[in-house]
Amino acid sequence: MSWEIVMGLEVHLQLATQSKIFSGSSTQFGASPNVQADAVDLGMPGMLPVLNEEAVRHAVTFGLGIGARIGQRSVFDRKNYFYPDLPKGYQVSQFFAPIVCEGIFEVPLENGSLYPIRITRAHLEEDAGKSVHDEFAHETGIDLNRAGTPLLEIVTEPDFRSAEQAVAYLKALHSLVTYLGISDGNMAEGSMRCDINISLRKQGSDELGTRTEIKNVNSFRFVERAIHSEYERQAEILERGGAITQETRLYDADQDTTRSMRSKEVANDYRYFPEPDLLPILIDEAYIDAVRQSLPELPTAKRERFLAEYGVSEYDASLLVPNHDMADYFESVARASGAAKLAANWILGDLSAALNRHELSITESPISAERLSGLVSRVEDGTLSSKLAKQVFDALWQGEGDADQIIAARGLKQVSDSSALEAMVTEVIANNPDQVAQYIAADEAKRKKLSGFFVGQIMKASQGQANPQMINQLLLEKLESQS
Amino acid sequence: MSVTPQDVEKVALLARLAISESDLPEVTERFSRVLNLVDELNTIDTESVTPMSNPHDMEQRLRPDIVTRDDNRKALMASAPAQEQGYFLVPKVID
Repeated sequence: MSWEIVMGLEVHLQLATQSKIFSGSSTQFGASPNVQADAVDLGMPGMLPVLNEEAVRHAVTFGLGIGARIGQRSVFDRKNYFYPDLPKGYQVSQFFAPIVCEGIFEVPLENGSLYPIRITRAHLEEDAGKSVHDEFAHETGIDLNRAGTPLLEIVTEPDFRSAEQAVAYLKALHSLVTYLGISDGNMAEGSMRCDINISLRKQGSDELGTRTEIKNVNSFRFVERAIHSEYERQAEILERGGAITQETRLYDADQDTTRSMRSKEVANDYRYFPEPDLLPILIDEAYIDAVRQSLPELPTAKRERFLAEYGVSEYDASLLVPNHDMADYFESVARASGAAKLAANWILGDLSAALNRHELSITESPISAERLSGLVSRVEDGTLSSKLAKQVFDALWQGEGDADQIIAARGLKQVSDSSALEAMVTEVIANNPDQVAQYIAADEAKRKKLSGFFVGQIMKASQGQANPQMINQLLLEKLESQS
Repeated sequence: MSVTPQDVEKVALLARLAISESDLPEVTERFSRVLNLVDELNTIDTESVTPMSNPHDMEQRLRPDIVTRDDNRKALMASAPAQEQGYFLVPKVID
């Protein structure tokens, strides 16, 4: 039997703030345990939360970024459950009146089309602390540095029908929130964590099956694998007439399987009620307008502009745009060199390969956009052949100055002087009578292959500096005149 | 609204309250009385009233996003029953 998969996603996005959502503790990642947890974060009696204005602004920015309706009167609620890393016994969240209401997020798919995902809501909440199970033999360690870190939980309707769509959505979301500057998007540090609600139904059915929820998946690759693994598990149960248990599951990457989280079964009754320690957040039109004015150019718009303004391919745009540092870098090189397609080729080719090899991000590139545009300009104006350009690129990477300095220092100028080239061609033909005879005897298809030999000889004699296009042309003329 | 002893046991579990077998009938009775009062309140027509989320007729004040708290771990952990390497220790939690 064939099953259709139906999924909705909940993303917990860590908002980029200096301090916590309700206290003045730092949110910096990687500190020693519990040094960034104050009395509010610890849930000490009598402590009162005070809301961080930047968290509110980030939430509204996100809402406007996806064209959602902003909840102009939003309210915090208590979500009640007991867990050692939640010292108050409740998480402050928003249940009845979230700050971001319904919206549509258009996800670019690989084929260039846009796939609309309905966003149900996005609400502000505080993160819990971290439980450490491995360090201690008989106890669990609790680190509350993360407790109170501002999160935006972004909830979708069950609009996903494949793992590929889910991953495309997460990548687009990651791109959007980093463009908006509301999150650093560092998935390795848990800045974006995903819960997947997943159920199966018979192809063609309109009814939803019983769903399970896979918690806290923190990489694109794991999301894809977790979905495939849970699909297999549910399909297997349904195939033999069994029933799916509605439950929370964890994805175990080592085993590539999901397993039930038994401890959460009884607790799925959160008894939400309004948080009496916080007042409603009121957001007026003037505030919304001000945030709207401050929105940067977003990925979808930038993509369209790159296609129109620079004539890059859909494929190149799909690689250049998602990371806004990459997009900015490209735009600097394209503008300074005036050769956008060449700029895209160099950035997505040699530069990306070198950055990957050295595990560097584009902002850490040893070659600045200005220097790469110097190289691109010299390729564009014919000074450098692509072969020489690679030498210059390596020298740029090593920090040997700008492109023109390297060309001068190494004497790398491409030879495009036709009389000099003609002399080389004549010489090579004179020195290789056997090959010339072979060439003359060969048919059209074979000739092409044989001419490569002569080009190779000339490039070797010129130490790679002969202009290959011109050589080809001169060579053909000479050889044709012999036959 | 009548409450069953099972409802009381469930709420007690969620709230981590220990209610002994012998106390259960009385607690059940008291729960029911409270909920009956709520039922009575529910008969009032509140269609035109905006739900109140806070008794103060004010809006939330916001604070600037500035770190104002330094490390105060030593003092804050002083009352913890068990700690090691900067962690609070609790009985082993297994998921």
